[in-house]
Amino acid sequence: MHFIFKTRYEQDITLFRHGGQRFWYAALALALVAAPWVLSEYTLSQFTFIGIYAIVCLGLMLLAGFTGQVSLGHAGFLAMGAYTEAYLQANGWPFMISLPMSALVAGITGIMIGLPALRVRGMYLSIATLAFGFILEEVVVQAEHITGGNAGRQVGALIIGGINFDDGVNFYYLVTAIAVLCILGVLNLLRSPTGRAFVAIRDSEVSAQSMGINLAHYKTTAFAISAALAGIAGALYAHKIRIITPDQFGFLQSIELLMMVVIGGLGSIQGAIFGPAFWFVVQQFIVTGKDWLPPAIGQQTGLQPTIFGIILIAIVLFEPMGLYGRWLKFRTFLEIFPFYRKGMFKRQKSYMKSERMK
Amino acid sequence: MTTPMLEAVNLSVRFGGLMAVNDVSFSVWPNEVFSLIGPNGAGKTTIFNLISALYRPTAGEVRFEGEVISRMPPHVVARHGIARTFQNIELFEHATVLQNLLVGRHCHRHTGWWQDMLFTGSVRRAELEFRRQVEEVIEFLDLQHYRDSMVAGLPYGVRKVVELARALSMRPRLLLLDEPSSGLNTEETEDMGFWIEDIKQDLGITVIMVEHDMGLVSRVSDRVLALNLGEVLTLGTPQEVQAHPGVIEAYLGGVEE
Repeated sequence: MHFIFKTRYEQDITLFRHGGQRFWYAALALALVAAPWVLSEYTLSQFTFIGIYAIVCLGLMLLAGFTGQVSLGHAGFLAMGAYTEAYLQANGWPFMISLPMSALVAGITGIMIGLPALRVRGMYLSIATLAFGFILEEVVVQAEHITGGNAGRQVGALIIGGINFDDGVNFYYLVTAIAVLCILGVLNLLRSPTGRAFVAIRDSEVSAQSMGINLAHYKTTAFAISAALAGIAGALYAHKIRIITPDQFGFLQSIELLMMVVIGGLGSIQGAIFGPAFWFVVQQFIVTGKDWLPPAIGQQTGLQPTIFGIILIAIVLFEPMGLYGRWLKFRTFLEIFPFYRKGMFKRQKSYMKSERMK
Repeated sequence: MTTPMLEAVNLSVRFGGLMAVNDVSFSVWPNEVFSLIGPNGAGKTTIFNLISALYRPTAGEVRFEGEVISRMPPHVVARHGIARTFQNIELFEHATVLQNLLVGRHCHRHTGWWQDMLFTGSVRRAELEFRRQVEEVIEFLDLQHYRDSMVAGLPYGVRKVVELARALSMRPRLLLLDEPSSGLNTEETEDMGFWIEDIKQDLGITVIMVEHDMGLVSRVSDRVLALNLGEVLTLGTPQEVQAHPGVIEAYLGGVEE
């Protein structure tokens, strides 16, 4: 167990709590830089996807995991980012401007969707965002002159300052760098008053208000930031996929994003990265494992959703904190070996909720 | 004559057919401990919710230092320097004690989210200052031990103190305590009494509290307002109120004819 003797208040607000953490994150950074030399082109491309999805999940985590506003329409924000990028790029905007613009357009959409969040909460909010997802998908289909409708839209090659980023390795570096910047931004948010206000709203709106937190302002901010992150990811996604069609941003995509976040572990930044990473690894297993299974099972169309469904149910039942929770337990086990006890992470039931003022 | 710190003027609130608070008026003077007592359903907590603007009055108004606050949104009322605790503890469960207390400093922030995202120098300086101010409260209420504990794992008695600490972190001028001693054992109640006295004397904060423990009420209160069924029974010193026949009747029931 690592006990830190604190002598300065700075130690309470640093991102890395001790030398060990600094060491391991530095090692991880090195591994990410070295990855293109070790991994095959295909694996690297999967890593790029994980990076892109990690950015969306980061945004969704901020919204669902830290502010308590569950969105079932996040694919809509992804679409806003992707189509903005595709459209602006085709009109000759440089990536350095079109990427922030994608984030901005998605962010503004986020504010518009966040407005009902001021009136409805919980389940009803989810339904509202779900409806928004459907509307946006339909808008994308109809606005043919911008989006190309159901036929889809081609996305041009990504060239920044004369360097071609369509090449797998360069694009991997670009995505990784943006993902790291986004993670740092969200971590900064969470250790500052804005992040604490989000958490306060999640845990008790009533007392958040009585602490002087403007619910309307912070809920909208959470939606805007979350959507902007999805917009950034959408722009990168557009360049990765090269042809974007409305059905890529449908209801199923929103559900998948939410599932990634829940599997990763609601309420943890690590979870937002574990989630998509786990998703792509399992997907890979399913694709390769298919051939080994008897054809009656292996060739079934619903194989992948079924497996992910089972995983989700298992996580909700046995590990509500998701993969991050599992990791936390494993780490504690190693740290205090051999004193780990089974009930250490057992959560106390609260019986005080019945009289809560809603 | 100075203006009262808080003034309730002909305050009424109606929920459907129920008159929860009916034409209640009282004034709270700076630096006093003012208690609200009464049987269950007397409207004590409702008055608290009216003061912190979680409810809107059907008639009448609440003034804080002469300014009408009963039409403001709750977060604006909090910014005027009114802090409160809740009967059933409304802490931020999945955060540490320290984070809970830091939320208390929220009113005093002056950075925007974009600065927070970049964690600029001014955010860092403000954070260190908040941290230092919160430490004063931790020391005041002896919470050093629990600084980094998650609230969800803390025993009831400690949570109660954490909630008080969170309210004090706001450095309020008026503190509303909703049943500070409920669920506490004798020793913890004793401590709570000392703290309320210190809050009044050392920190100079005016306190309004709802309390059932008459021992605590008579120990710390300067004046007591007794309520029953949303109406004022009597107002006076703890001794006067306890001796008032109406109060005795409200608690014990009148003589049947």
